[in-house]
Amino acid sequence: MAANPMYQFNVYRIGPEIKLGQIDISFTNASLFMVISSLAILIIFNLGASKKTLIPNKIQLLAELSYSFVSKMISDTAGSKAKPYFSFIFSLFMFVLFCNMLGMIPYSFTVTSHIIVTFVLAAFIFVGVTIIGFIKHGLGYLKLFVPSGVPMVLLPLIVVIEIISYLSRPISLSVRLFANMMAGHTMMKVFGGFVLSLGIVGGWLPLSFSVALTGLEILVAFLQAYVFAILTCIYLNDALNLHH
Amino acid sequence: MLKKIIFQIFILSFAFLTSAQNAETGGMPQLNPEFWISQIVWLVITFGILFFVLSKFILPKISNNLETRKSQILENIESAEKQREESEKKLKEFDKIIFESKNKAKNLFNDARQKVLDDINKKRAELEKNIDDEVNAAEKEIDQLKKSSHDKITKIAIETSSDLVKQLIGEEVNNSSISAIVEDLSRKNKEKHNGI
Repeated sequence: MAANPMYQFNVYRIGPEIKLGQIDISFTNASLFMVISSLAILIIFNLGASKKTLIPNKIQLLAELSYSFVSKMISDTAGSKAKPYFSFIFSLFMFVLFCNMLGMIPYSFTVTSHIIVTFVLAAFIFVGVTIIGFIKHGLGYLKLFVPSGVPMVLLPLIVVIEIISYLSRPISLSVRLFANMMAGHTMMKVFGGFVLSLGIVGGWLPLSFSVALTGLEILVAFLQAYVFAILTCIYLNDALNLHH
Repeated sequence: MLKKIIFQIFILSFAFLTSAQNAETGGMPQLNPEFWISQIVWLVITFGILFFVLSKFILPKISNNLETRKSQILENIESAEKQREESEKKLKEFDKIIFESKNKAKNLFNDARQKVLDDINKKRAELEKNIDDEVNAAEKEIDQLKKSSHDKITKIAIETSSDLVKQLIGEEVNNSSISAIVEDLSRKNKEKHNGI
């Protein structure tokens, strides 16, 4: 059973079954890794924030560099108006990043390799951004679907395309992260399986491949978190500074 | 060698096929909705707590730290700038003092030299005057001596002549006539000597 590369994505209950009415909200391995990720972020950043020295130590430097990194990312893509949403985007980026990175530990569980998790995050962002857009611009936010400088003949087509692309945002955002995570981990599992099945004679090729893949996956883990956060910033930018 | 590679490729493709088949038969656990609600609930709980704690407690601290560091660095730079300006001012003052004291020293030296030169000139003038006086006095004495020597010589000549005449002829000769003769002779001699 362990040879199945999809087995690693199985969710199973840890501890007793918790039921809220008819709904099963038991604590699972996915929940465990969400809790671990959040706790790791909180502990690291709390350590990095509590000391107040002029020359930062390593953990403080880590926290402050992450802070300025996210801060710069937001101000570059969404401008100064996006400042109030800094803590949300920071939490989002860190949560996705830590979930991805913790998933790279062997025998651990990757929270973000589940479409339901990424979809809930993306849907929340989508709904939130849409609400912000309507609050900021009223019905004028609908101008987002009518790009300026388009010939009148093409306009109906363009508007339809814009609406479809807008509505597909949560799907593309969530599927991008989920598919990247799942594909990477599946591939690593498959190559790991090759190492075992080819044995000491032929196993070296897939093993070296596996090592290279691990490096690639760590890069992808960071990159996907970054992409997730920066796309959120871009959507936010559309909602805040309406200039399509 | 070729056989071995072909064998390996065969094994590899076989392994891949079996694993792919396994994946197909197992299906994707992600699409099994059994724990979807649980995942959503726990995601909301953990991410909510994470967001709350980060935004309320941790991020303000970090931003505060960054701000204080920034302001402290700015302050330090400012004070450094101020100190630099002050030191430049002091340096200028120092240069001014040095320049002034150099000038003063020069003046003092010039004054002293002038004084010494004046002194020397004065002394030299005095000395020259003294020498001139002495020379004049000596010349005057010489002149006097010259003048008196002529009279004395004449007198000696007259007396000698009268004595000579007395011894030769044993008779007193009138001094006045002798003196007239001697004076006449001596004038003639003088004229002869001087070539007039």
